[in-house]
Amino acid sequence: MAEEAKIWTEGLNFFYGASQALHDINIKISPHNVTAFIGPSGCGKSTFLRCLNRMNETIVGTRIEGKVFIDGHDIYDRSVDVVDIRRRVGMVFQKSNPFPKSIFDNVAYGLRIGGLKDKDKLAEIVEKALIDAAIWDEVKDRLQESAMGLSGGQQQRLCIARALAVEPEVLLMDEPASALDPIATQRIEELIHQLKEKYTIVIVTHNMQQAARVSDITAFFYLGRIIEVDDTETIFTRPKLKQTEDYITGRFG
Amino acid sequence: MKKDTVETLGFNLFRLGSVLVVLILGFILFDIFYKGIGAISWEFLTAEPRMGMTEGGIFPAIVGTVYVTVITVLFAVPLGMFAAIYLNEYAPHGPLTRVIRLSIRNLSGVPSIVYGLFGVAIFVRTLHLGASVLSAGLTLGLLTLPWTITASEEALKTVPKSYRDGALALGATKWQAIRTNVLPYAVPGMLTGTILGLARAAGETAPILFTGAAFFLPFLPDSPFSQFMALPYHLYVLVTQHHDVGKVMPLAYGTALVLIALVVGLNLVAVIIRYHFRKKRG
Ligand SMILES: Nc1ncnc2c1ncn2[C@@H]1O[C@H](COP(=O)(O)OP(=O)(O)OP(=O)(O)O)[C@@H](O)[C@H]1O
Ligand SMILES: [Mg+2]
Repeated sequence: MAEEAKIWTEGLNFFYGASQALHDINIKISPHNVTAFIGPSGCGKSTFLRCLNRMNETIVGTRIEGKVFIDGHDIYDRSVDVVDIRRRVGMVFQKSNPFPKSIFDNVAYGLRIGGLKDKDKLAEIVEKALIDAAIWDEVKDRLQESAMGLSGGQQQRLCIARALAVEPEVLLMDEPASALDPIATQRIEELIHQLKEKYTIVIVTHNMQQAARVSDITAFFYLGRIIEVDDTETIFTRPKLKQTEDYITGRFG
Repeated sequence: MKKDTVETLGFNLFRLGSVLVVLILGFILFDIFYKGIGAISWEFLTAEPRMGMTEGGIFPAIVGTVYVTVITVLFAVPLGMFAAIYLNEYAPHGPLTRVIRLSIRNLSGVPSIVYGLFGVAIFVRTLHLGASVLSAGLTLGLLTLPWTITASEEALKTVPKSYRDGALALGATKWQAIRTNVLPYAVPGMLTGTILGLARAAGETAPILFTGAAFFLPFLPDSPFSQFMALPYHLYVLVTQHHDVGKVMPLAYGTALVLIALVVGLNLVAVIIRYHFRKKRG
């Protein structure tokens, strides 16, 4: 089974200073699948996501125990190049973080630091990424304007486009549709559907219907632990644990 | 007392404070301008002092100050910026870094005469640079370094972490993230802080007193190893060392006016840079 998973963790603990945010996380994430993380605010979903591309290392005073494997290699091994990991494992942050550059330069950013200089190629990939992220029509006439002038929902889709442009193998999306209207949300969900042909996708969402619609596997997090993980259909129709059921049905307390 | 009475009282106290400060500063500037403007002429700006400094101009002092400031810039600006980048971005978060940072802050409070003596000991004597433009420029560079480093670090801190993180998550190396997504937004702040430090250095007398400034030179410095005349020192000489103070007083005020114009000019450049980049960043 382990051989089939794209990502798996073994006994993962994570600490912010002295306080432990993740407890003994063991999970397998299959390729060409959408895995959804659900759970109440502060239960460690974002923290766990950041363990998968080593972004937690940018936070001072954190510590990790246990192992994270991608394609069978421990990504925390000393021989591993963290830049390579982050190139392969893209991330859309919970808080949209457009750079104060033009819309075009935002999406081209990852390509340029990767060494791509060819103008036509850049323009082509940027356009495709913006189309995929369902924002092309809104920005195609203002690509040279600052991304800071976009609305919250547009910024969110821009950040999705920026992550798509570098074509990672794994895409970690932390509430990618939290600021979107129903139409844009639907387009992002369709995008996720298409993307799973090529990528492995992990999505954090507070929207139960969304988790049910887009994901194949759902994991329920609570107080830094994975309480239950199963096929999305099973989780939403006949969860094994009462805690999970209470959360899904909104009777959580 | 009622709450808004207290508030009004406090507000008026603050207002009184700021009005007083502006008034005093305005009075000093007006006094210097009023007494100095009569001395300003084309000749005053372009000729050397004559007749035991009772006539002629201050051209060598202007050139000397500009020359020494250029050396200060070349030395202190890159070094200060590199140090700030290291401290803010790379240095481990430990007690050692904290001690270094604290020391740098404290250095900005050290009296300038101490820098002067240090400059004599290190640059003039130990490194055999002699009393020269170079020694004085390096000494003033040391004086401005704490300011440059502190201002640059503050400027780096104003760049949100999300810019760094966004770049790193796209596979940027740490230096790539800093170079393309942090420095462009920090450099204006770094420059303005640095220029303010330079403006202070350009007006200093004590650090150049023993490291290269000359009482009187009939020629301009022709290499970094020459001695030089400088505006602040020239002013000091005119006011306190001259046998005929009454006669040179107008010249002293003229010199002070030029020096202030230079410092205000540098500050203006800082304001313009800040304004320009703020507009560009939107
Ligand atoms: N940078 C940090 N420093 C210290 N503690 C943190 C930090 N980030 C998160 N935490 C703590 O770790 C725990 C998990 O936080 P995390 O952000 O992973 O939760 P989450 O499940 O993503 O919540 P939300 O749904 O609100 O985004 C919380 O208790 C939080 O306070
Ligand atoms: Mg979160």
